[in-house]
Amino acid sequence: MTGRWARLDDAMTQTTRTGGSRLGDDARLLDVLQGFVHELREAGLPVSMTENLDAMRAIEHVPLADRGTLRTALAATLVKQAGHARVFDTIFEVYFSMFSPGVPAAGDENAAGDAARGESFEELRGAMDAGGAMGELSDEDLARLLLDALMRMDRNELQMIAAAAVARFAGMEPGRPVGGAYYLYRTLRRLDAEGLTGKMMERAREEGALGDGAFDERLATEEFEQRLKVLREMVEAEIRRRLVADRGVEAMARTLRKPLPEDVDFMHASREEMQQMQRAINPLTRALAARLAQRRRNRHRGQLDFRQTVRRSMQFGGVPVEPRFKRPRPSKPEIMVIADISGSVASFARFTLQFVYAMQSEFSKVRSWVFIDGIDEVTRFFDEADEVSQAISRVNTEADVVWVDGHSDYGHAFEVWHERHIREVTRKSTVILLGDARNNYHASQAWTIGEMRKRARRVFWLDPEPRGYWDTGDSIVSEYAPHCDGVYEVRNLRQLQRFVSDIVEA
Amino acid sequence: MGERFESVDEVSTRLRGVDYLADPAIAGVVYLADRLGKPVLVEGPAGVGKTELAKSVAAATGSRLIRLQCYEGLDESKAIYEWNYKKQLLRIQADREHERDWETVESDIFSEPFLLTRPLLEAIRSTEPVVLLIDEVDRVEIETEALLLEVLSDFQVSIPELGTITGNQIPYVFLTSNNTRELSEALKRRCLFLHIDYPESDREKEIVRVRVPEIDAVLADQIAKVVGSIRKLDIKKAPSISETIDWARTLVYLGRNEVTPEVLGDTLHVLLKYQSDIAKARKELGVDAPPSIRK
Repeated sequence: MTGRWARLDDAMTQTTRTGGSRLGDDARLLDVLQGFVHELREAGLPVSMTENLDAMRAIEHVPLADRGTLRTALAATLVKQAGHARVFDTIFEVYFSMFSPGVPAAGDENAAGDAARGESFEELRGAMDAGGAMGELSDEDLARLLLDALMRMDRNELQMIAAAAVARFAGMEPGRPVGGAYYLYRTLRRLDAEGLTGKMMERAREEGALGDGAFDERLATEEFEQRLKVLREMVEAEIRRRLVADRGVEAMARTLRKPLPEDVDFMHASREEMQQMQRAINPLTRALAARLAQRRRNRHRGQLDFRQTVRRSMQFGGVPVEPRFKRPRPSKPEIMVIADISGSVASFARFTLQFVYAMQSEFSKVRSWVFIDGIDEVTRFFDEADEVSQAISRVNTEADVVWVDGHSDYGHAFEVWHERHIREVTRKSTVILLGDARNNYHASQAWTIGEMRKRARRVFWLDPEPRGYWDTGDSIVSEYAPHCDGVYEVRNLRQLQRFVSDIVEA
Repeated sequence: MGERFESVDEVSTRLRGVDYLADPAIAGVVYLADRLGKPVLVEGPAGVGKTELAKSVAAATGSRLIRLQCYEGLDESKAIYEWNYKKQLLRIQADREHERDWETVESDIFSEPFLLTRPLLEAIRSTEPVVLLIDEVDRVEIETEALLLEVLSDFQVSIPELGTITGNQIPYVFLTSNNTRELSEALKRRCLFLHIDYPESDREKEIVRVRVPEIDAVLADQIAKVVGSIRKLDIKKAPSISETIDWARTLVYLGRNEVTPEVLGDTLHVLLKYQSDIAKARKELGVDAPPSIRK
């Protein structure tokens, strides 16, 4: 291992010289790797001992200075689920930011070696100074160079401009415990990232590279947005590198730690996390459905199938060597979902409805209602739509859920439901109630739930709030709880999956 | 295993030589699989070239490809080995006159000449270099997965009557999965993991140019961009790489050298297989229906 350490030191001094960040000179590959694996585990990735050892063996075979390959080696050995890749990427960027290519310094042979490089590259490299801010250039020059670089999609130039922009515009203050989102915002705003697509389109039109018609325009816009995304990632990486240099690897990793999609809290998910959860739902339901089918197959056999047994005995001269059994018909429950979709719990209701409908084949029938203070049946949206997501958006826009003021009123909603639908509840129905039971101090009308339970097979309540918050403020879970067969805390997809698997199996 | 690749770059170059364009991640994992002697679990949407990767590695290394197609109900006798019962019976009958004692007969009929090798055993016993492809491993039951474990971690097979057969070599092993179910931890632990997604526009363009050599570079570029744009739509089945190639061929046969909205409208059914997807793409991309449907 000693040889590798020496090489790591080389790699680090090299990046340090080329303007990258400094990681303490005493850092050692093993330490970095162990810290890295530890952080992966902290973030919830299941990294086993074997995989850890595999990773150590794998990096023996890759050049450390080649960050892409290093990343591949670690990802292939440590991450075994595509959904975990993003969390891995973030942690990797923090721990191995010292290996990022950084800005090629003046006189760096590799960077200058490319003879085909244009004037703007020379201009950029000439303007490079100690701080990397390219003080010689005015903001306008930088903007012009950026547009040029984007039009030609020259990654090296973009890299340099990104570094300069961060040094100039981000206004980073050492020692502040931040994740960098604000610095990113400031830098991009000063670069006018919003307006750049428009400028690129304009430039393309001037150069005659853009055909007319909506179709060409759409393709070009997508292309340019993709380029801006690259720029944004470069700026982000540069900020991260500086932050890591300032605060150290572990502190940064803690600040940036992100939960896995299945662990994200419904009530506090960001837009991006929502999209990830969206993508995670289908694999989760598929996995669950497959497991249930498996279990159903393996479950004890049913009655003797006389006809089949006799048929089978023919090949043994009429001796029933192999008795055949009928498969038991699985009893599929009918599901009735009643969901609060007021602001605070809207996304929870959405994901739960989506999950339940994705599992539709496991149930004989699914009906759904949504409410705030009024209540409306939304089953029709799901029956009409091709895709669950379409139905959900119709639920959000078309369902009639406001009665008086649009503040949650569980009592009233349940009362109306009771009046209209209680006769439709049978021994086959499983009723699932969704909400945080924050009733704005209205009457609970908990007796309605009691009535449901009398008629239904089971009644469950799912609450998206942490158990500790229940019955605080205007939450009245415990008034409804005695009438339910179970009250579950469901704050993320993992808990939701567990609940659905419970009700299907029971 | 003989070291078959010297560097990651060499993997890319040699795969390119057999018309497979690997991105750095793919090349890196293939290289590591060689160095560490570990199987690769390849996962990703249908039609991104998972199976093709195994075939190409076989072609690039001059190895024989042994393929085990998985399906529900696959068992030991189909995957690893089976005794040739008929031959054993014949042998017992032929021995009747000689009145040899049972032990001799038994040791005789449970010996190599009576063994039928199935893909896994065949891969292990092969003396020439092989690439073993275990295709769609997510289709077998979780219990059957266990059969693979011994082969994958130690490259050996235990046959009760014969003892343990250890491989002459550690072959390249690729397992592919469409992720219809979660594979067991035990299996994943033994493999390197490679997720292949739809290619970036530049790589897809190169793939088209390699697979449809007669195509014009500008057209290939346009094709890649349009397909990338369609994949961004919220549709049931995104076009796979093979569908991109089919589309490129179609355009070449039709003698088109540019993708205009009309051309796209006429040929969209090559890329998309659901009527609702086609309708959606038409609407989103502002493409008209072909004249036959247009009123």
